[in-house]
Amino acid sequence: MVELTIDGIKTKVFEGTTVLDAARSMGIVIPTLCHHPGLSPYGACRVCIVEVVRGNRSSLEASCTLPVADGQVILTDSERVKKARKVIIELLISTCPNSKTLQDLAANFGVNEVRFKIKDKNCILCGLCVRYCKEQMQSGGIGFVGRGTSRKVATAFGVTPEECRNCGGCEWICPVCERACTAGNLIDGLCGGCQNLMPVETCTVCVHCSESVGAHGHKVY
Amino acid sequence: MEKLRSPAELKSLQEKFAKKRKSRKRSIAICGGTGCRAFGSEELFNAFKKEITLQGLDDKVDLKFTGCHGFCECGTLVIIRPEEIIYTRVALQDVPEIIAESVVKKNVIERLLYTDPVSGEKVKYEHEIPFYKRQQRLVFGSNGLIDPTSIEDYLAIDGYSALAKVLSGMKPEEVIEEIKKSGLRGRGGGGFSTGRKWESCRNAPSKNGTRYIICNADEGDPGAYMDRSLLEGNPHSVLEGMIIGAYAIGSNEGYVYVRHEYPLTVKNLGIALDKAKGYGLLGEDILGSGFNFDVKISRGGGAFVCGESTALMASLEGKIGEPRPKHIHTVVSGLHGKPTNLNNVETWANVPLIINKGADWYSNIGTEGSKGTKIFSLVGKINNTGLVEVPMGITLREIVYDIGGGIPGGKKFKAVQTGGPSGGCIPESLIDLTVDFDKLAEVGSMMGSGGMIVMDESTCMVDVAKYFVKFLTGESCGKCVPCREGLDRMLDILTDITEGAGKEGDIELLEELGGVIKDTSLCALGGTAPNPVLSTIRYFRDEYEAHIKEQRCPAGVCKALITFTIDEDKCNGCGRCLKNCPQEAISGEKKEPHKIDQDKCIKCGLCRDNCKYDAVIVT
Repeated sequence: MVELTIDGIKTKVFEGTTVLDAARSMGIVIPTLCHHPGLSPYGACRVCIVEVVRGNRSSLEASCTLPVADGQVILTDSERVKKARKVIIELLISTCPNSKTLQDLAANFGVNEVRFKIKDKNCILCGLCVRYCKEQMQSGGIGFVGRGTSRKVATAFGVTPEECRNCGGCEWICPVCERACTAGNLIDGLCGGCQNLMPVETCTVCVHCSESVGAHGHKVY
Repeated sequence: MEKLRSPAELKSLQEKFAKKRKSRKRSIAICGGTGCRAFGSEELFNAFKKEITLQGLDDKVDLKFTGCHGFCECGTLVIIRPEEIIYTRVALQDVPEIIAESVVKKNVIERLLYTDPVSGEKVKYEHEIPFYKRQQRLVFGSNGLIDPTSIEDYLAIDGYSALAKVLSGMKPEEVIEEIKKSGLRGRGGGGFSTGRKWESCRNAPSKNGTRYIICNADEGDPGAYMDRSLLEGNPHSVLEGMIIGAYAIGSNEGYVYVRHEYPLTVKNLGIALDKAKGYGLLGEDILGSGFNFDVKISRGGGAFVCGESTALMASLEGKIGEPRPKHIHTVVSGLHGKPTNLNNVETWANVPLIINKGADWYSNIGTEGSKGTKIFSLVGKINNTGLVEVPMGITLREIVYDIGGGIPGGKKFKAVQTGGPSGGCIPESLIDLTVDFDKLAEVGSMMGSGGMIVMDESTCMVDVAKYFVKFLTGESCGKCVPCREGLDRMLDILTDITEGAGKEGDIELLEELGGVIKDTSLCALGGTAPNPVLSTIRYFRDEYEAHIKEQRCPAGVCKALITFTIDEDKCNGCGRCLKNCPQEAISGEKKEPHKIDQDKCIKCGLCRDNCKYDAVIVT
């Protein structure tokens, strides 16, 4: 067993547990997007960041990939964490303004302004679909292509591979595409019924996502 | 080629080659580095070869096509030994004269000598040139002495002696202790203690005992080429370091991860591996010690992020080159989940030196926290472009003015960007800063792999920051949000500022965003990417403000914010600007002041570059 302190409370957990799981087992809320209990940790979305205190110094780490260690001191809701998390959510919203999941997240964490240019994409590259396809369906039909801002989730050479069994798992697990905002105009109304009143430029109902038919009318890779 | 079975056999072979080398009284070394090759040094080498045969001097003259000498500004370089006469900018037509005058008769050809721009005097010898005089070329110096494709050359200068020393009497722990004591820190950028890294790797548990050694030659910083030149010009020194490291750590398998864009490096390294294997310096039972170690070359596809250790290892495994969190260090679980020790090219090349001369000698060079020398690639607005190896603790002023020869065209020094795209801009006020790992970090920059880009007063710092962020946006692997999206938004804001669309509050937003990207990114690429922006804001905030508040680019670079006009008093109507304008935007009668039509002008700057009277004004 490993003993650590999270938000001032001492706790004992099994070795190999992540800080995220340890905190959640104590009832502490840490938001996540790219994390799923059934999939391997990935550490891409960074909304689960926590502050790791080492004496006078501290650093921000993604709690989903951070293993617990003896004597570790973790702050999940410090000013530094809150400030950085808000910027990350703001970045995500400016990438995918139509996602209800992201709009909800923004509302919950007090992000009510976007200072960046809206990119209107339909994917935050959390990699849940890729890992689901590979790890749960043992398929590997989809993967990442390209790097930087041109990185995207795609099938090899743009054709549906034999490995794809049309299970729809990629769509089911997607935090952005599957729960796209259905409001016609975000400036006038609420986004999909969530509490956020964030003004964003336009909403083109589920951008780029209506090419083929899946369970919810979205593209299944 | 027979396999060497003991250190004694190596010794006698070294002596044999050294003797053979000395038997030829004269030697000509032609720089075959990338810069000189671009100047045509390959043709020059062939011309020399032909001329030597023609004159019947084959037995008397030792002609060498070496690796990079570092003084790229003055290529093609030819050095005549033993006098060490250096000829710069040698062309094909000079070859017969050099052979007849300098090689046969030992006369110096004044015309081809280097002229010191300060004193105006001709300099005869390599070591007297100011560019070389202030350097301490411990690692890089051998480049000019050997043909990189010849292991015999490396052996003739006592190459592989350090390996023999290690294998004939040092325990692995002693080797690690020696490296630890030397104070060598990783030259790839992180600056972690090499000895401690080796020790952690040696002590990390491995079920079947497999441990890997990797040489990181994925050099990708714009303007940096020291690793390339070292591996290209002296591959055996790197290999020797790796073999010693493998012995110390207990590894039998190593990789050199080198960029595919460095074809000559790949070629020379491949030859070096084959020859080292031929002599039994690599492979099974090295020098009869029972120690086995082999090295494979892996060619990288050119992604900048693959220089990051975990991304490099993923790429080596055949996966997408993207980093993973490093909570478990690669020395514990790296390539294929095994303990893996990765060091940069220059770090490996330092190892034989430390073993040969001892940790005490090595730790006498440098500063308290940074020992030894560092190779920098000195580029940008500098007179002597090239590779310089200097002891740690030298000041920036010495590098820029004494070695680099100052700024061309009499312009004013403005800043120097160290550490490549992830480093920071150091302003003129800090030019007396001593260069070492800690001092550079203190001022918001970093050592990085050793890029040094000099900028003069005509460089716009916002534009520079934009350039580096653009580079990193394209090179980010795209895995984590702060790096991928954060850098992209940062680029948006910087582009707006340079195009005159900057807003009040943009600087603060850049600072906030930069801080978050640094704090929350998954790997060191994102963790250092905002440095160029943050450091230029820190030292050149007034330039950002001028762009935003006054719609003015003080350096006259950002096209949206500048206008070109002709000073009527200075213009004598020579017509050079008119002839060179691609837009036909300039009009005027001969010998009358000319005018620029602002509607047609695309602000390319050709009129300014071509005006001999400084009559083109940028405002």
